Amino acid sequence: MATAPGVATPDEYVGATIVREQTNLWADAWRRLKRNRLALVSTILLCGLVLVALVSLFWTPYPIWRQGVASTYQTPNSHFLLGADAAGRDIVSRLMVGAQISLEVGVGTQIVVALIGITIGLIAGYFRGWLDGIFSTLINIFYGIPDLLVALLLVLLLGRGLDKIIFAIAATRWMDMARLVRGQTLALREREFVEAARASGTRPNKILSRHILPNALGPIIVQATFGIPQAILFEAFLSFLGLGVQPPTPSWGAMAADGFHALRIAPHIVLAPAIALSLTLMAFNFLGDGLRDALDPRQKR
Amino acid sequence: MTAPVLQVKDLKTQFFTDDGVVKAVDGVSFDLHPGETLGIVGESGCGKSVTALSILRLVQEPGRITQGQIIFKGSDIVTMPDDDVRDIRGKDIAMIFQDPLSSLNPVLQVGFQIEEAMEAHQKIPGKIALSRAVQLLKQVRIPAAETRVRDYPHQFSGGMRQRAMIAMGLANKPSILIADEPTTALDVTVQAQILELLRDLNEETRTAIILITHNMGVVAGLCKRVLVMYAGRIVEQGPVDQIFKDPQHPYTWSLLQSIPRLDADRKDRLLSIEGLPPDLIKPPPGCRFHPRCRFRIERCFHDDPALMDVGPDQDAACWVTMRRALATDGEAHA
Repeated sequence: MATAPGVATPDEYVGATIVREQTNLWADAWRRLKRNRLALVSTILLCGLVLVALVSLFWTPYPIWRQGVASTYQTPNSHFLLGADAAGRDIVSRLMVGAQISLEVGVGTQIVVALIGITIGLIAGYFRGWLDGIFSTLINIFYGIPDLLVALLLVLLLGRGLDKIIFAIAATRWMDMARLVRGQTLALREREFVEAARASGTRPNKILSRHILPNALGPIIVQATFGIPQAILFEAFLSFLGLGVQPPTPSWGAMAADGFHALRIAPHIVLAPAIALSLTLMAFNFLGDGLRDALDPRQKR
Repeated sequence: MTAPVLQVKDLKTQFFTDDGVVKAVDGVSFDLHPGETLGIVGESGCGKSVTALSILRLVQEPGRITQGQIIFKGSDIVTMPDDDVRDIRGKDIAMIFQDPLSSLNPVLQVGFQIEEAMEAHQKIPGKIALSRAVQLLKQVRIPAAETRVRDYPHQFSGGMRQRAMIAMGLANKPSILIADEPTTALDVTVQAQILELLRDLNEETRTAIILITHNMGVVAGLCKRVLVMYAGRIVEQGPVDQIFKDPQHPYTWSLLQSIPRLDADRKDRLLSIEGLPPDLIKPPPGCRFHPRCRFRIERCFHDDPALMDVGPDQDAACWVTMRRALATDGEAHA
């Protein structure tokens, strides 16, 4: 380029001004997320929930399994902030451990769902052809079977361990993720940078891991965030039916089921897990909304 | 002249759509010599980009190469196993695309993408790859390459992005660089810089360049030889100087007449070519250009002309040729 010494070329000038404004995609997303009040409050609430779950690993006010630490149907007082259940067990302690169970189920399920869904979605979307045919049919079949049936059957077959419940729920929830990733992949594989990568001799596994997956990560994160409360609710529902995590491990669903029998005389037993569950579900959903706006600014505004 | 580095022989690429078979490239043959700069020009949809994609076997379904050979280093790319083609892509034959922004992955640093282009074909330690990437960015005249190598594509201007793409293309020192409309998405001033860069790189590295464009001016700025394509065929080929001075195919002539000139009289009208390029599912009988040709004769309606020698190194597929057309025109006016 022929420019006088000391004079910035147009490229240098434009480049220099842009650098200061923008940092990168994730920092940008975080900045937008912080501006969304509901999402921010939800994030704080969920951080608190994670903290409680972590604390419950080491310490709870009372041992959760010991019956009769309080009198049965104890109403909330200064010793037992949320009262006690029919067996005289402290509800605060049980809620704390329940938070841990719910988070494990929610996050665990989504990790399994992501592993299955991303793998299937990437393969089906990128290679298309008969592979896509097989996977798409599989997805449609799984959509066709009632998810409660699949989950109940798996729990009955496998047992009621936490890992098995996570797997059972994931088995009914992976299709949304697979469909999403497949759609993203179908769109991204036509983008010029993927074609450019192909033209430079990049192998398919690298194209998928370096070029397609990172660009689909935003929607995947949003989908997973919305998936967590669904999974938590599904586990609570299974527990409510008596097919969730093995008692006496306190799941919020099981606690609600226990309290349900004494709804008239001691409503606080149902209310405590129900409110905890609702708040958690709402928080995850608001966070998901916030993430969607933050990660895809073009959709809104 | 040295042996050609690439020989395309009677290439046919067709798209099997629901409406019928689109004959996008219909019997194209040409040679490319080491270090040569070859332009392929034509309107949108004349098959120039599909020709380029066919060379690297990047044509996607429902498109398929149905006939012909693409001989590179003694072997035929058309019939080669997939893995062998992948080894050629980016290493021996590199390609850069029209839109430099969408050709770069938005979530990866520019330097990283250049390193990746190298690592696709050779194992090199990260430090060396990084210094190679910086060196390449310097080679394509990106200022402050040492810091720019860690930038993301959105931090680059349009011209810099295309420079970065060219750097990626050159990463493995290919013997051929295919540039598909490399300047179309850029400002005019930046266009000139990119062409100048390509010309310099061609001289420095002796990489042969195939430049695909619809712009005759761009061809004049870079290429020594040019192929003019129309409706999936080559209608004229020859040295750029000669074709600009003395085009023989009416289509080439019309393309050149449609370029605005500063030195032209204001009263001179710019020539536009009437009509649209033909439907490639059912191309017109005879010469494919005859429906739009102002010099057509009776023979053009049913007899399809092949490339014929019309001058030193110059061929045109026309029964009339401009030499005769203008001569009779002159008589008519006289």
